Amino acid sequence: MSTTATLTTTATPSALFDNRVRIGLAVALAIVFAVVPFLPDFYVTLLGKIMCFAICALAMDLIWGYTGILSLGHGLFFALGGYAMGMYLMRQIGRDGVYKSDLPDFMVFLDWKQLPWHWTGSEYFLWTMILVVALPGVLAFVFGYFAFRSRIKGVYFSIITQALTFAAMLLFFRNETGFGGNNGFTDFKRILDIPIATPSMRISLCVITGLVLIAFYLIARYIVQSKYGRVLQAIRDAESRVLFTGYNTLWYKLSIWTISAMMCGVAGALYVPQVGIINPGEMSPAASIEIAIWAAVGGRATLIGPILGAFFVNGAKSWFTVAFPEYWLYFLGALFIAVTLFLPQGIIGLLRKLRGLRNGAKA
Amino acid sequence: MTPELLEDGAKRLAEYKAKHNVTEDIAQSGGQAASFARVVQPNIVDVSAGGILYVDEITVSFDGFRALNKLSLDVRVGELRCIIGPNGAGKTTMMDVITGKTKPDSGKAFFGSNIDLLRLRESEIAERGIGRKFQKPTVFEQLSVFENLELAAKTDRRVRHTIFAKLTPSELDQLHATMKLIHLAGDGARVAGTLSHGQKQWLEIGMLLMQNPKLLLLDEPVAGMTDEETERTAELFLSLEGKHSLVVVEHDMKFIGELVNGGQREKKKIVTVLHEGSVLAEGSLADVQSNERVIEVYLGR
Ligand SMILES: Nc1ncnc2c1ncn2[C@@H]1O[C@H](COP(=O)(O)OP(=O)(O)O)[C@@H](O)[C@H]1O
Ligand SMILES: [Mg+2]
Repeated sequence: MSTTATLTTTATPSALFDNRVRIGLAVALAIVFAVVPFLPDFYVTLLGKIMCFAICALAMDLIWGYTGILSLGHGLFFALGGYAMGMYLMRQIGRDGVYKSDLPDFMVFLDWKQLPWHWTGSEYFLWTMILVVALPGVLAFVFGYFAFRSRIKGVYFSIITQALTFAAMLLFFRNETGFGGNNGFTDFKRILDIPIATPSMRISLCVITGLVLIAFYLIARYIVQSKYGRVLQAIRDAESRVLFTGYNTLWYKLSIWTISAMMCGVAGALYVPQVGIINPGEMSPAASIEIAIWAAVGGRATLIGPILGAFFVNGAKSWFTVAFPEYWLYFLGALFIAVTLFLPQGIIGLLRKLRGLRNGAKA
Repeated sequence: MTPELLEDGAKRLAEYKAKHNVTEDIAQSGGQAASFARVVQPNIVDVSAGGILYVDEITVSFDGFRALNKLSLDVRVGELRCIIGPNGAGKTTMMDVITGKTKPDSGKAFFGSNIDLLRLRESEIAERGIGRKFQKPTVFEQLSVFENLELAAKTDRRVRHTIFAKLTPSELDQLHATMKLIHLAGDGARVAGTLSHGQKQWLEIGMLLMQNPKLLLLDEPVAGMTDEETERTAELFLSLEGKHSLVVVEHDMKFIGELVNGGQREKKKIVTVLHEGSVLAEGSLADVQSNERVIEVYLGR
């Protein structure tokens, strides 16, 4: 009893489910189950897509907001998850493609006679689910191991992640790589043998994405509230102190980096069946930078902030691209500069400040 | 060897043989059974020879400039050693070598008589029992005082442990005792970034104590402290003397005086003067203060 009393006076974290989280969860679940089924098609897809981006922003927050490692390569992990799912969806087309062949159309077009080795097993959904997390996970682990072991830090790390995703994009652009070149994969027909372009499938995918987002939020919340999460924040604030305290920071950075990459992979896999296409554009440097912008706009190291940031920026984007498409990039740039200069804590910081002002006015 | 030790050794040998099911002599040299008088465990510092730190002819160069030049230093168990020296003498670099941050060009550094410091990483050295305070106070600015201390507590520091770790009652007790010791008892919830410079110094010292190190290296621990804070810090260090071995680097001669003359006076404390990367003089404070070369390069200025 006395233990809990001391703990509450010492800023150790609140429980996994405090009241605000319970209310937030109730609202989120209500939206997912009660509102989504009645939305017009366009909005179902838009919401599903933005929730995938929100997962990326959440993943970015774990590695950047909490651990202080800015990745400019998260688009690559997203794309790998997307391509793994895309391969499965291509196989699900079966003989309904333009060329009525067992092979995906682009392979017939290239005059290939059989599936390349890395497509082995792509017809199995379970194998695809494994690839969705294993591909980004293994790549992140191997890359991270060498980068963190060589103590590559700060802007150097950001630059090499950007170089990595750029190199991958060039690789995927090549037809020989076996991923459909610059067209990527599209014209999906079915998923789990169920037609994909139906309202009920759209709603199902959107609901699943919502549930995954909620689950990832709770996992992330558990992570940042654990002692492990506090070590991550300590690494962000003063890595040398953490080292000289006896923690081998390599494993901390490597584990959260890999978890973050796998979360992006799942987001990519949910994204592809909803938007109906995956191509190397997802690995463009700008795509990765945008993920960082969502996190910054929402408010780093707050978990809910980056999710809001993804909604806010992508909501604005879908409005802009209808109203004034040519101004979108200017707006995005201005937004980023404004947030960096005036709102280092992002939207969440602004909300906190407003609440502080209101409470101040009351008192 | 005293009879008790011989008996102890014989007992350990018998236990070892029983445990490992051996009947004949398991290790021998020149027809004699190997001695089982003392069992040295590789990861636990062996101080039976009386020394906790041996630095031997360490040389470190940065682009041809010798920051340390055949530096040698021995510290006894339980000693409070003060190290002084002008700026650029190599005091911080010496700590970097001992704690694994900088690898020297040549020389040896041992923790106790068995742990080769030059083979280990920073985190491994810390794990073996060397705690270090940086010259510039370094705490986790965005975590609370409580959390700063919690992370420093000596427990399993591997990922798979911290992900499920809960504070144990004994850690909590140690935490509260430490907060009191560093005069931050009421400030557990405060974000460390909001502490004053002196308080950050204390918090970092508290974090070292939570690590429960056998050897503490303190790099200019009272820089930026008020006179009162400095005095309290001297008291704190003197209270640690004997329980821990301490190496204190400082510029503040008044503070050094307090350390040397306070506490267990009967142990005459040694002061080491560093200059241009090697030891210029070593001896009692009075001796080094009257040493002409020391006066010339340092004190006299
Ligand atoms: N990483 C480094 N690169 C180059 N020179 C260094 C480095 N670290 C220390 N030095 C130099 O080594 C000398 C000793 O520095 P230092 O150990 O910090 O001295 P002290 O702590 O006694 O003031 C100084 O001249 C300093 O400029
Ligand atoms: Mg120094």
